[in-house]
Amino acid sequence: MPLIFVGGLLFGFGLGFSHMARPEVVLQFLQFEDFGLLFVMGGAAAVTGIAFAVVPRLFDRAPLTGDTYGRRLKSFDRNVLIGGAVFGVGWGLSGICPGAAYASLGVGNVTILWALVGMFVGAYFQGYWRSQRSAAVSGGTNVSDR
Amino acid sequence: MATELIDPALYETLFPVGISRYAVGGVLVGLGAVVIYLGTAIPAGASTFLESTLSYVSDQSRFERYRRSRDWRVVFTLGIVAGAAVYALTFQSGLISSGLYQSGTTGELREVGGLTIWLTDVQPWRLFLGGVLVGIGTRIGKGCTSGHGVCGVGSASKTSIVGVITFLVVAIGTAQVVMALGVSP
Repeated sequence: MPLIFVGGLLFGFGLGFSHMARPEVVLQFLQFEDFGLLFVMGGAAAVTGIAFAVVPRLFDRAPLTGDTYGRRLKSFDRNVLIGGAVFGVGWGLSGICPGAAYASLGVGNVTILWALVGMFVGAYFQGYWRSQRSAAVSGGTNVSDR
Repeated sequence: MATELIDPALYETLFPVGISRYAVGGVLVGLGAVVIYLGTAIPAGASTFLESTLSYVSDQSRFERYRRSRDWRVVFTLGIVAGAAVYALTFQSGLISSGLYQSGTTGELREVGGLTIWLTDVQPWRLFLGGVLVGIGTRIGKGCTSGHGVCGVGSASKTSIVGVITFLVVAIGTAQVVMALGVSP
């Protein structure tokens, strides 16, 4: 847990430092006024890319959980496109995404609570709808729906 | 560096505040994810926090499966908030400065007891409506900018790469339309 907190610290500090925690900066990127944000995503993905490629070759198991280092790939289906598109509309409208929104609270942006409340409402709505649907399909038994 | 290979005027247009602030921030974001991965083998994402936290207060069957991860996700999120607060206390407040860091001109800066906080100018209705869509979209689409964008792309997952391209293209389109409609900020 302390390690996860430290990871979160670095993550949040980076989001603050890069100004990605500022919705305006994200919007400037999406409106082609400042392409700097490419370096945030690119830089972060480059670092994780190297680690995800190298670490499994050096070590067998994670010291804290004993889990093996594997690629946990998410399956591809239509939902990735639908969800991605819905997320895209939200991101393009507001300039916020989950991680950056938490970080935005950390830089003192209490106005972001509007977005955080919105995200919980959205996630709840989606979860409620999925729960109802899977209950209807499985006749009430709790099977994983995917 | 690549910065010398392109025309300075073009560089100025593409990156009005330079790239170091972004690149350094990005590397730190990546390091944060790597620290967690090294210790636990977990590729961290930020959006599942929404569902896993809802599992504390809701007994919808959909949220049940996130019970196992909800505690560490809360810790991760508190870490993100705290990390951003450390940035606010240091660079944003001017306590530390660096040639790699360039402050911005957006939003509103306010002094609160020696700490400089930053407030967005983006209108609440945009934040709220965008938040709802982000909440729905990341959950249907299995990830967000950190899960897909940082960890997924980092592990060369095709699903994540397609996901990132999808939301990036749609977000750019949306932002352009919103701008064209004259909504600002």
